[in-house]
Amino acid sequence: MNMVLESTANLARRRLKARLFHLSCMALTWLCLVMLAVLLIHATRQGLPWLDVQFLRDFPSRFPERAGIKSALYGTLWLISLTAAFSIPIGVAAAIYLEEYAKRSRVNSLIEISLANLAGVPSIVYGILGLTIFVRWLGLGRSVMAGAMTMSLLILPIIIIASREALRAVPDSIRQAASALGATQWQTIRHHVIPSALPGILTGTILALSRAIGETAPLIMIGALTYVAFVPKGPMDAFTALPIQIFNWVSRPQQEFHELAAAGIVVLLAVLLLMNAAAVIIRHRSQRNRL
Amino acid sequence: MMVDDALRLEAHPAAAVSSSEAPLLEARGVTIQYAGNVAIKGVSVVAIERSITAIIGPSGCGKSTLLRAFNRMNDFTVDAQLSGQIMYRGVDIYHPHIDPVEVRRRIGMVFQKPNPFPKSIYRNVAWGPVINGFKGDVQELVQSSLEKAALWDEVKDRLNESALALSGGQQQRLCIARALALQPEVILMDEPASALDPVSTARIEDLLFELKERYTIVIVTHNMQQAARVSDFTAFLDSGRLIEFGETDQVFTRPKEKRTEDYVSGRFG
Repeated sequence: MNMVLESTANLARRRLKARLFHLSCMALTWLCLVMLAVLLIHATRQGLPWLDVQFLRDFPSRFPERAGIKSALYGTLWLISLTAAFSIPIGVAAAIYLEEYAKRSRVNSLIEISLANLAGVPSIVYGILGLTIFVRWLGLGRSVMAGAMTMSLLILPIIIIASREALRAVPDSIRQAASALGATQWQTIRHHVIPSALPGILTGTILALSRAIGETAPLIMIGALTYVAFVPKGPMDAFTALPIQIFNWVSRPQQEFHELAAAGIVVLLAVLLLMNAAAVIIRHRSQRNRL
Repeated sequence: MMVDDALRLEAHPAAAVSSSEAPLLEARGVTIQYAGNVAIKGVSVVAIERSITAIIGPSGCGKSTLLRAFNRMNDFTVDAQLSGQIMYRGVDIYHPHIDPVEVRRRIGMVFQKPNPFPKSIYRNVAWGPVINGFKGDVQELVQSSLEKAALWDEVKDRLNESALALSGGQQQRLCIARALALQPEVILMDEPASALDPVSTARIEDLLFELKERYTIVIVTHNMQQAARVSDFTAFLDSGRLIEFGETDQVFTRPKEKRTEDYVSGRFG
């Protein structure tokens, strides 16, 4: 009985289609990875010879061999720490309010649409906003504080949207189980909803902060300086940041400065990698501690 | 318990003196609507202390809605509106002075799908009492609750492992243990065995007989054999109305209503 299980007419064609789809997805994934690798290799090859302790320890200089990124690196660390301190509590709180407390209403859906739109507004617009409100009205000047507040505005929509997504993924059966045990809504959120959503919230937050660390336009807009020969001592000091320093070096004609910019890019990527690693560790630990 | 005296169920001025045969839990002319759609209409049933009351009926007849009214879980459903009264020991649990959190602490619930917290077995059971200010020996309470739910022997060596590693039937017994740990008087069960295999179902049913010694149980089931096996009283709902309510034996063998007879003999639903 070799008729049993013989292929029907179009099975071969359906299989071919499935195989083609599989292969094209794979090819596109590799394309992305190759582009990234080329970028990384290029920057590393150019910048590596300049990467040494002196580069990290010295301030910018018009002599390439004496130039360093100390002020930019410190500025970026200050900026990102303050931005995280502002944006994470506000963003997560807003997401919890919208997801757990606010009733479905027209105002709520309006907020939802506005958030999605805000996430897509060009960063230069946030720079103008920061210049008007923080630098001028609040009189913060060209300080790290003004920069961090501007960056917080920029990434808040991303944090809120990602956190809401994570909260929404927590099954309702968990909330019901907790409520049925005589838990108040806060106890339910504190002990079950937030721990379950934490990995998602962390991922979204790190993505948002990674965006902030690479942003240049709003910082230029609020007047972060391009040449700074000191490190910020407090949140009200003037500052520069890695992307600005990189931009500054790239715009010079000499080849040496282009190589310095490449070295700066490597440092920037290293900071990013450290942040992501920290997120992975925190996430891992929070999952283990849940038992 | 850190509750205002006015919110204590037994201390409330509306509390009536309960006689020995008074029902522990009672629905009086309860109508529930969702955004204008009537889910149940004018339903009155009682649950007698230390007995099992089954609520049966075809899908969508409102039996889960009725069950969830008994511990105010319907409060979480947007646009749900209740009229009529749900009396617990003579107190209307929908009275404005009653805190629904206190109601849910007293009247436990086990859901259709096992829903343990993604935490350890121990913390699943201990959490409810701890957040409600339990001052005694938590470890002992966890053990006795797991024993009452006939799960202790299976999990005593791995209390710190994730509850999600248990089988479906074990998870459901853990959910029962979790509800028992709050020392409730009433346990509401919403088709607690419908997601389980026959062996696990039999274990849950055996457990129900044991729990009846101490607790008052209201169980929703779509499984008529189950209702006939485990319950003392049966309420039959159809299209949101109570068709018949009485002793299980009578409802299944000598139903007063034609509709009930058709349903219990399997002619519809």
